[in-house]
Amino acid sequence: MNIADELLGGSRLALSRAITAVENEYDDAVNIMQKLYPHTGNAHVIGITGPPGAGKSTLTDKLAKEYRRQGKTVGIIAIDPTSPFSGGAILGDRIRMNELTLDEGVFIRSMGTRGSLGGLSRKTSEAIKILDAFGFDMVLVETVGVGQSEVDIVKTADTTLVVLVPGLGDDIQAIKAGILEIGDVFAINKADHEGVDRLHTELEMMLDLNQEKTDWRPPVQRVIANRGEGINELAEAIEKQIVQSKQSGQFSIRRTDRTRSELLAMLDEQVARFVRRKLSDYGKFDELVESVERREKNPYAVVDDIMASILR
Amino acid sequence: MEKRVRVLVAKPGLDGHDRGAKVVARALRDAGFEVIYTGLRQTPEQIAEAALQEDVNVIALSLLSGAHNHLFPRIVELIRAKGMTDVLMIGGGVIPDADIPALKAAGISEVFTPGTTTTTIIDYIKANVK
Repeated sequence: MNIADELLGGSRLALSRAITAVENEYDDAVNIMQKLYPHTGNAHVIGITGPPGAGKSTLTDKLAKEYRRQGKTVGIIAIDPTSPFSGGAILGDRIRMNELTLDEGVFIRSMGTRGSLGGLSRKTSEAIKILDAFGFDMVLVETVGVGQSEVDIVKTADTTLVVLVPGLGDDIQAIKAGILEIGDVFAINKADHEGVDRLHTELEMMLDLNQEKTDWRPPVQRVIANRGEGINELAEAIEKQIVQSKQSGQFSIRRTDRTRSELLAMLDEQVARFVRRKLSDYGKFDELVESVERREKNPYAVVDDIMASILR
Repeated sequence: MEKRVRVLVAKPGLDGHDRGAKVVARALRDAGFEVIYTGLRQTPEQIAEAALQEDVNVIALSLLSGAHNHLFPRIVELIRAKGMTDVLMIGGGVIPDADIPALKAAGISEVFTPGTTTTTIIDYIKANVK
């Protein structure tokens, strides 16, 4: 039996190996994904994002336990940054989730960003599909700690939860653009800390001013994740968003957008690979680099020539 | 993309000293490995399951409590029972020389005692990882 069949038969080792295969781009990765794809689309994907130290891992742990209480199974992808210098990474999100390790209804996979800059890892969306195909009801994706512009999660998740904490800065205006625009639901964690009222008020005001999302006003829920306070209410707020987005059609619009952008991205990747391969057949590329460097040729004309020659 | 070596750095048992494990984790990261660190006081069952979920190539166990003769072989047994036959397992900590042969016989490939440089550990992993 191959990995895909074993995975569909319920093997956790095959599940784990399938993620490795796509992450390392092994030869059988595309074959595995082709077999798994018909079995995807059933899990609800929740992205959990926010600045470093906001408590994303602890909140992910508590939300997963809440879903387990509801009888749902949970796949978790926890992403931490890869060092741009060594290529290595310390993936430490599991520290907050150790109680889930031996729960057979849960599977946690840590991933390094491996050069991806949008808050996710390069193969996050494939890893989600693999967990989805295995049959998990919910897939929780915890992003790296983000600043303002790492918003890839919104293209990947059905529901985006933005986690904030008091005390990160004087004014929420500073982070108004970016991650604050992508939340379907907001959690203010560490709600026993100083400054929570101010953050809460500013967040509500900002959300009232946001006129783009007319059919859904993102709710703000205070939580104290490490004590488990407010988690029930947060799960309820998320559930309401799920129901509402399905009723309004937003859910299927997002999924169609995602399918479209995934197809385009795969196409781009294939085209780029094809061009690179042709380029090595083309041979004299180094000479062209030098002649462009000497200003004997201009790069725009060179690219036109190469494309004309490749596509001939 | 080339294969990235993934290492689970784990602390089985009850001792609360993780300075050594953290120093090793950091050195392995700087050597280009993906290090999954699971924190203190893990049971053998938790370590084996985490290793499976993370599909690691290496499990590095750190232990200072003296319970290595019990815990290390137990983890090897659980890992093999999960079908992970190609995982490199190494151990480190305050481990008497006299205990090392039995640990190796049980499936721990190498044991690193106090004073070992992180470079030694990194070189060993690079040479022996499958």
